[in-house]
Amino acid sequence: MSRNPLVREVPPTSWFFRHPRYMRYMAREITCIFIGAYCVLLVVGLQRLAAGPAAWEGFLLGLRSADSIVFHLLALVAAFYHAATWFNATQKAMPLQIGEDFVPGNLISGAHYAVWVVLSLVVLFLAGVF
Amino acid sequence: MSNSPPRSQPPLAAPHGGAAASLGRPGGSSERIVQLEVLRYNPDTDTEAHFQRYEVVCQEEWVVLDALNKVKADIDPTLNYRWSCHMAVCGSCGMMINGEPKLSCHAFLRDYEGVIRVEPLAHFPVERDLVTAPDDFMEKLKRVKPYLIPKEEKPISAGEYKQTPAQLMKFRQYSMCINCMLCYAACPEYGLTPGFIGPAALTLAHRYNQDSRDGGRAERQEVVATHEGVWECTFVGACSEVCPAHVDPASALQQMKITSSIDWIVEHLIPGGKSARDTASREDAGDIS
Ligand code: SF4
Ligand code: FES
Repeated sequence: MSRNPLVREVPPTSWFFRHPRYMRYMAREITCIFIGAYCVLLVVGLQRLAAGPAAWEGFLLGLRSADSIVFHLLALVAAFYHAATWFNATQKAMPLQIGEDFVPGNLISGAHYAVWVVLSLVVLFLAGVF
Repeated sequence: MSNSPPRSQPPLAAPHGGAAASLGRPGGSSERIVQLEVLRYNPDTDTEAHFQRYEVVCQEEWVVLDALNKVKADIDPTLNYRWSCHMAVCGSCGMMINGEPKLSCHAFLRDYEGVIRVEPLAHFPVERDLVTAPDDFMEKLKRVKPYLIPKEEKPISAGEYKQTPAQLMKFRQYSMCINCMLCYAACPEYGLTPGFIGPAALTLAHRYNQDSRDGGRAERQEVVATHEGVWECTFVGACSEVCPAHVDPASALQQMKITSSIDWIVEHLIPGGKSARDTASREDAGDIS
């Protein structure tokens, strides 16, 4: 009997259409584009601030434009999705064993959400929202 | 090529209500005509694979493997596929069923409607019909040294290596792997980058690393903490979703990324810090001298 195995190639650019779980993975990966873009925006803001009051005012004006508000809303949704996927993953990356038992995964992910809420409140407080 | 038993053997009994278990039960089961679309490939004559449609009279409580056995027994003896235990233990009956990696002995017909498409496991070369070549996986398993490398050798007279239940629980889940390769068929990284050591083999490395009796982590890091090892994993998580033994390879790989990162920090950012791999090469040198 001869061996003549058939290799079935994976389509390199469309493989993620094969299954919804791959689409969910790609969604998580794509949300990081918004996170990256927002970081760039913050750096530009710092640079404008350093350039003087007129530059800073111009930057703030730009932030109030309709395009900017749409971008911020999209970036917020992306950031929520991105953060949630990683918080949900923490229970896999950091299982906690106490004696013979493992701490339920939901508690580990839940603790991350709790810290997130607390830190967000601190930031909002420092920003003078309350 | 197939490990299937001779034709004379009837569809077999299964402890959880498989074929023969239901056949003799009066009035206990209902028949159903199942359409199977099975990928066929004959290495002697074909250059491409093609689908072949079979219409099979099945019992409602059968699994896909029972339907295949029925095809082989009554319709087409040339169909090739692997199986052995029919109880999700041996790991040899993995196939793509409607695009999902599954143990065919654990894929119940009642969970499927319409035509059921059966293909060989994705990402492995097809040897014949539903039989794939596992050579690459076997090779990778060997590379992670999936066996105990004792911390210290003891004479037999010193007695057994003892372990507490808590120490056992630390790795027990990762020792449940049945080598079915479903996780490899689900992993797009493995499909795109065949050099990737992959979920099950890396998880087995983790299983031994976590074992209190083992001292081989430094040696395994040579394979684990590389771009063919855990760093090829982008945490798609598909391996854990399809694993029939609830091994959770994705969890094992992320944990290994964390420990490998700590190794890197110790080695590069802490003055005088020694990496696991340094330790391994020193131990190797010690072995030789
Ligand atoms: S980890 Fe799970 S899916 Fe992968 S080979 Fe082992 S049992 Fe099969
Ligand atoms: S036949 Fe053994 S796992 Fe399916």
